[in-house]
Amino acid sequence: MAKILKGRVLVFGDNIDTDMIVPGRYLELSKPQEIAAVAMAGLDPDFPKKVQPGDIVVAGRNFGCGSSREHGIIAFTANGVQAIVARSFAKIYYRNAIVSGLMVLFSEEAHDIFASGQHCEIDLEAGTVTNTDTGRTARCDKLSAEDIAVWAAGGMVTEYKRKAQAINQRG
Amino acid sequence: MHALEKLMANAAGVAKVSAGDRVWCKVDLALGIDLYRNIIDSFHEIGLEKMQHPERAGFIFGINAPAPTIRAAQNEKDMREFCKKHGAHIFDINSGVVYQHVIEQGYIFPGAVSVANDSHATICGALGAFGTGTGGYDTAAALGFGEMWFKVPEVIRVAIRGQLPKGVFAKDVVLKILRELKSDFAIYKAIEYTGETVAAMCLAERMVLCNMAVEMGAKTSYIQPDEKVHAFLRGRVKHDYTVYTTDPDYEYCAEYVFDVSALVPQVALPHNVDNGVDLTDVEPFAFNQGLVGTCTGGRLEDLAAAAAILKGRKVHPDVRMLVIPATYEIYSQAIARGYIQTFIDAGCVICNAGCGPCLGAHMGVLAEGEKCITASNRNFAGRMGHMNAELYLASPATVAASCVEGVLADPRKYL
Ligand code: SF4
Repeated sequence: MAKILKGRVLVFGDNIDTDMIVPGRYLELSKPQEIAAVAMAGLDPDFPKKVQPGDIVVAGRNFGCGSSREHGIIAFTANGVQAIVARSFAKIYYRNAIVSGLMVLFSEEAHDIFASGQHCEIDLEAGTVTNTDTGRTARCDKLSAEDIAVWAAGGMVTEYKRKAQAINQRG
Repeated sequence: MHALEKLMANAAGVAKVSAGDRVWCKVDLALGIDLYRNIIDSFHEIGLEKMQHPERAGFIFGINAPAPTIRAAQNEKDMREFCKKHGAHIFDINSGVVYQHVIEQGYIFPGAVSVANDSHATICGALGAFGTGTGGYDTAAALGFGEMWFKVPEVIRVAIRGQLPKGVFAKDVVLKILRELKSDFAIYKAIEYTGETVAAMCLAERMVLCNMAVEMGAKTSYIQPDEKVHAFLRGRVKHDYTVYTTDPDYEYCAEYVFDVSALVPQVALPHNVDNGVDLTDVEPFAFNQGLVGTCTGGRLEDLAAAAAILKGRKVHPDVRMLVIPATYEIYSQAIARGYIQTFIDAGCVICNAGCGPCLGAHMGVLAEGEKCITASNRNFAGRMGHMNAELYLASPATVAASCVEGVLADPRKYL
């Protein structure tokens, strides 16, 4: 199971709200590919062209604040973003991410050591984010083996799947 | 234990919970909303075949309604079929804003637990209920299971003291709290509002405080239910309910006190909810649209405040003013009291009950460079249309006074 994540970094600031990530007029879209194409349309309409599979987003405070739209998660996962490291996440966003299996990590310091385009290596068990271009390292959440297993299995939604299966078998 | 903990313990069927515990709680109402077709896909992806408690589940069509595009119409069609198949509630396009409608219909009561694909589920706290916004998977799971897991939150107490001056409203109080404590101060926590000002507020004003708790990052909010709540619910909730109270030895994780006796009207400048300033410190500026409506500013009391200012006056010719009652119950009361006629005479546009242009999907979206003074709750860039439009959050009275003058205006001189 992957305990080290490596990827190119895209940096965003504080209070990136879900209206920036997927503006309301696009909420009628429901297919992941459609949502991927309008990712960050409220902030940087060129984002879908810039993002590459495997990228890691590094952001400031209160990432994902605002509405409960899961489009805010899908916009990144459907573009292949493998993790978001932020100073803090809005509550609903954080929960949607761990349910959906998008890796989200708190780091007070990571935002200070990255510029967009640099490369990072996250050690989930050690709780470190390293800028492999500059060698600087920041601390982030340390994940337990159990947390990593839940994420690797596809997020908390797998618990719902098990629960649904149990109910279906009961009839 | 806090009243919220007792409520969650009861919903989880256990004697005791405390902050940080993870519990599966019975959900009294799980709601999908018309924007999120992906809830149905998530329901199937999870492998759910039927709803365990369809009587506690449903979809509401209040946000993007009536359907503005073919795609939205198709989504709503699919949702209606989904609800019919499972025997769940359909709150159709004649309902209004999500929680305002289900609260009026008696689905939310003290001690209830509710989730919806609507972050403003925190409004349930005004009735002493637990409400929190959920994404597609969680909503689908709650619709299917009739229960949902939650981490029991720590509780922050926000005490509000002093008599609100004339022309200053709950919206001004909440913008002031946001301005002081910022939009992330309560992330993962619950906010309880207490104090003599809250006790003196009508239910509609308390709903404004609880509604915008999510703007502070809160998971949920709480106000201890009193006689005003019971009076409102009489005839709406047809069964008994339990009112929980907080033990005297409960320890809040933080406490703040606000004295509002000298508060002046507040305005949150673009593009964040915590960007508040005293209205008196803002140079009056011309703007294009005013909005009185939404889950924050579309209740009868809000329409009454706006109508009082607009009575016998005209909306400035350079301004478009939209008035959108939050629900049809409010709409019909506003007709009975003559507010709607006042709005029409003043030159306002009245739209169907619902969310209107609040999230920029239809009915009054803004062009590039336009400015809107709004009674809604979010002023993020692009929220109501073009990403270079500007939104200024204020009370319904401030919106109405500004629409009369054509520039940001102080409502106190009209009241
Ligand atoms: S009025 Fe606006 S904030 Fe309230 S539920 Fe509707 S879209 Fe959401």
